[in-house]
Amino acid sequence: MDKKRKRSISRGIILALLAVAIGYTVYTTFTKDKVDVLKVGAEAPDFELVDLNGKVHRLSDYKGQGVLLNFWGTWCDPCKREFPAIERQYKSFESQGVHVLALNIAQSDFEVKNYVKNMGMTFPVAIDQTKSVMEAYNVTNLPATILINKEGKIEKIVTGEMTEAQIAAHMESIKPE
Amino acid sequence: MEKITCECGHENPVGTKLCGKCGRPLTEEEKQKKLVDMRYDGIAIRSKTYNKSIIDKIWNFFSSVKVGITLIILNLVAASIGTILPQEFYVSVSSAPEKAKYYEDTYGTFGTLYYNLGLSDLYSSWWFQILVGMLGVSIIVASIDRGLPLHKSLKNQRVKRHSSFMKRQRLVAEGVPTAEQGKTLDLVEKKMKDMKYKVRREGNALLAEKNRFARYGPYINHLGLIIFLGAVMLRLLPGFYIDESTWLREGELRAVPGMEGYFIHNDKFILETYDNEPTEEQLKQGVNVMAKNYQTNVTLYKQQEGDLPGQTDNLKVVDKYEIKVNSPLKHDGYAIYQMDYGLNELKTMKFALTNKTSGDSLGEITIDLSSPETEYILNNDTRVEIVSYLPDFSGFEEGVPQTASPTPNNPAFIFRMYTPEKPEGETSFVAIQQTLEPLGENTYKMSFQGVETRNMSGLTIRKDKTIPFLFIGGMIFMLGVAIGSYWAHRRLWVEELPDGTVRLAAHTNKNWFGMKKEMDAVTAFAHLPAYIDQVEAEKEESKKEGDNTL
Amino acid sequence: MSLIDLSGNLLFVAFICYLIGTFLFGGAIKEKEDTAAKRADKWGKIAISITIVGFLAQLGYFITRWIYTGHAPVSNMFEFTTAFGMFIILSFIIIYFMYRVTALGVVALPIALLIIAYASMFTKDVSPLVPSLQSYWLTIHVITAALGQSILSMSAVAGLIYLLKNVDAKKATKERFWLEAVMFFCVLVIGFVVATTAFRAAGYEASFEHVTQEGKTEVVEYHMPAIFGPNDYVALSEDRMTPFVEVPALFDASKMTTVVWSILFGSVLYVLIRLIARRSVTAMIQPLLKRVNSQLMDEIGYRAVLIGFPVFTLGALIFAMIWAQIAWSRFWGWDPKEVWALITWLFYAAFLHLRLSKGWEGKKSAWLTVIGFLIIMFNLVVVNLVIAGLHSYA
Repeated sequence: MDKKRKRSISRGIILALLAVAIGYTVYTTFTKDKVDVLKVGAEAPDFELVDLNGKVHRLSDYKGQGVLLNFWGTWCDPCKREFPAIERQYKSFESQGVHVLALNIAQSDFEVKNYVKNMGMTFPVAIDQTKSVMEAYNVTNLPATILINKEGKIEKIVTGEMTEAQIAAHMESIKPE
Repeated sequence: MEKITCECGHENPVGTKLCGKCGRPLTEEEKQKKLVDMRYDGIAIRSKTYNKSIIDKIWNFFSSVKVGITLIILNLVAASIGTILPQEFYVSVSSAPEKAKYYEDTYGTFGTLYYNLGLSDLYSSWWFQILVGMLGVSIIVASIDRGLPLHKSLKNQRVKRHSSFMKRQRLVAEGVPTAEQGKTLDLVEKKMKDMKYKVRREGNALLAEKNRFARYGPYINHLGLIIFLGAVMLRLLPGFYIDESTWLREGELRAVPGMEGYFIHNDKFILETYDNEPTEEQLKQGVNVMAKNYQTNVTLYKQQEGDLPGQTDNLKVVDKYEIKVNSPLKHDGYAIYQMDYGLNELKTMKFALTNKTSGDSLGEITIDLSSPETEYILNNDTRVEIVSYLPDFSGFEEGVPQTASPTPNNPAFIFRMYTPEKPEGETSFVAIQQTLEPLGENTYKMSFQGVETRNMSGLTIRKDKTIPFLFIGGMIFMLGVAIGSYWAHRRLWVEELPDGTVRLAAHTNKNWFGMKKEMDAVTAFAHLPAYIDQVEAEKEESKKEGDNTL
Repeated sequence: MSLIDLSGNLLFVAFICYLIGTFLFGGAIKEKEDTAAKRADKWGKIAISITIVGFLAQLGYFITRWIYTGHAPVSNMFEFTTAFGMFIILSFIIIYFMYRVTALGVVALPIALLIIAYASMFTKDVSPLVPSLQSYWLTIHVITAALGQSILSMSAVAGLIYLLKNVDAKKATKERFWLEAVMFFCVLVIGFVVATTAFRAAGYEASFEHVTQEGKTEVVEYHMPAIFGPNDYVALSEDRMTPFVEVPALFDASKMTTVVWSILFGSVLYVLIRLIARRSVTAMIQPLLKRVNSQLMDEIGYRAVLIGFPVFTLGALIFAMIWAQIAWSRFWGWDPKEVWALITWLFYAAFLHLRLSKGWEGKKSAWLTVIGFLIIMFNLVVVNLVIAGLHSYA
């Protein structure tokens, strides 16, 4: 009877493996669109960009502090609406070690400088000319905000417009100590 | 485990139809038959013998050829349903409500039904995938169940077979050979060897066999299919498959989506058309020109080791390539394809600073729309300042001009013109076919002179690490199918009986016509008794017609 | 004579050869007790010779057209369908020399004739290749796939002969009905050819302005009297038949008109045949095939599938995937033509399993080969002309 048992076990294993394989296939095709390359808790990809004032920003230089990374464009209405709030919160959190970096997606210097001037933004703004940072963060829709904590890990990913209260809460969450 | 012991003493597993050693029929049913069932050489198909636990039942279900064929037909029918209307991925709208609307607008009620039943995305539906998966399981289980016992049985073939086995083959002969006594087997052996058979002899019995490997064809091709299906599933694992696309304007440098550390520059997009007269068919379709070539000349760059996203100062050229349809750029396992194009996007606009009354021009400025300057100086006291630039002007909101996108589809400017007559400057809003002077009547205007345009290329970036596995699977499948289709396993059993008569039986798994030709040859050479085809003889009896000459 | 004219003439020569060949094969199998074997031998030899001459002429057409156009002449409906007909003849010649069965010619040649006649109803214009077709894979993929399909079609030829011989034409059975339906379908193809040729010879033309699905106004030209009028049409030609029905923009009124005319012509033709012969088409052909060896036909039908299946797999699936990966960046995209190649493949896979494991032989197997051929025809006609996709020829 030992042989029979062995046969049953081997058959069971084969069938189970096949069932798992089919199950996995169906599951992944269903969740395919929702999975992002970036995950909360993962290391935020490092990058280096020069801001409008010529200052070099490298994400890893901000280790030990919080960073609010905002991707935006001049044509984007929600971006325009949330900037005044970000500006206000930036002013109160900057001293507490939470930085704001606004990355424009491949627009011209003229447009961005003009916009920044008109909006009265004081936090650093850089242009991602080749969209490489945007690619690294897998950003597809604007605005997109990535909150990076002092360990350099992604605390939260926000797609779409934020209210001032949300911005404050997010900044609070990545405040070092 | 239970065994059936044959009269010859050989122990056979339960379910065996023909004794593995001598070929005697073992079941009542088999004994009643006029011809033996040689499909799997009479072996016990494993699944048919046990049917106890639930696992066995599931296993037996998938092992059944009937179930396998049913699954093939179900897959076939399901696949065909997906071709009634175009699938969603061929419809050029993206959001769900738009798709629903598309199917309703284009195909009416049937379209709505088709969409709501999920048939418009049939091939990625869970039930279609399960159907394909079940077919895969069926292939695996059925092959294990049949392939292994068949292999064992073919390996352990004995030369001498029982008369009941021999007599029930399709091609049989029995009689006294006209050759010299005792020479028959030698003659048969010689001829069969000439015909590339392997001959084994055992006393007064002979077995000539060739192309046994042909029996493995189906199992080899099934293995290929399994590898192929497995490779398709492999694609779902992270890192195996990348499918990205990007639009790249001439002169733009962009990070390549999905290809970390690589940048691509569009040097030029080329669209060539044939210069022939349009044919009748083309006119019917309303096409006047036929495209001859879509091509993007690109330069592929790579960052230096250790550089971060955003750093583009130290890029090194990896490749300069002319990407064409049918000729993708290949690098490092990635391939970049020419997929789409857009023509004549605005690149620069040229304006002349003109006196409205005299029409005299003070000079021209050319604005690069991808990087406008703040100020264009014509001479010491004449300059034009750009106050605002809206690449895709969409109207005013509270008096402020807005842009709908970053693309220069409908560029608009607010200029401030400084001229010797008006050193304090005049403001003018200029859009296509529209000029406003919000701060009062001006003396000067920016008169539109012309544009330069540029093209853009739609590129697809793909990396598919599963291709080698798919290829191997496909090749193994082809090999198996070819072996199984183009070669036939042929066997001839001969036994010299003590009374001087000779008994022959021949079997082939296909192409009896070919087998008979070889039988004719050996019969003539070894002066054997004429063989008969028992299947044809049976038909003949019932019909009395048929003619070999036709 | 220019190369393209030469090419056209060679095709005509081939057509005539196949036509003569059909009658010669018919003569070869005609029953005459005393000299049957001899006749078969003599007439059969002449028939196959003529067929080979025809094939060489068509090969000449193929090569000259290839030289003239600069690419393998398989890039539009006319070229592909003609090549398919040529490969059917080639498959027939191969099978003939394997089995020396003259009866096959009586069915194979008319089928090839019908296919070539059908092909010549499409525009013969030489058009250059669009970028996606500019690849040597066009030659490799299409020719291998067409060859595979034509070998598979030979199994239907054998199957049809088997059925024509073994289905009792005197008893009213389902089998007899469906077999006659197959015959009727063949007559419909003749109907299509006759209708098209007749209206073309009469120079019939009528234009209609109509509104397309996308809301654009376009002009469509009919070459047959319009039975169906396009969406919101305005007749532009005078003294032309007014359409009976106006159809929505989703449907191609011009194609529907062609179909209905073909059915009308075909049906009239069929009724005429029935009236003159006073027998069903099946019953007319049956006596010709009285002396056919059923067992051998069954084997040929199976053998043709065995030979054709790997070729078809290679051409229509494997080469297709390789090319699709190069041209369209993915090896498989569920394009209708791809799906129907897969369906054809699955069907023949089912056939092989039924035959091997379930012992389906004789009539069952013969019917399957006929259905397989219908799937191939569906793939050629309906998928190319009706279902839109990347392979669409119209």
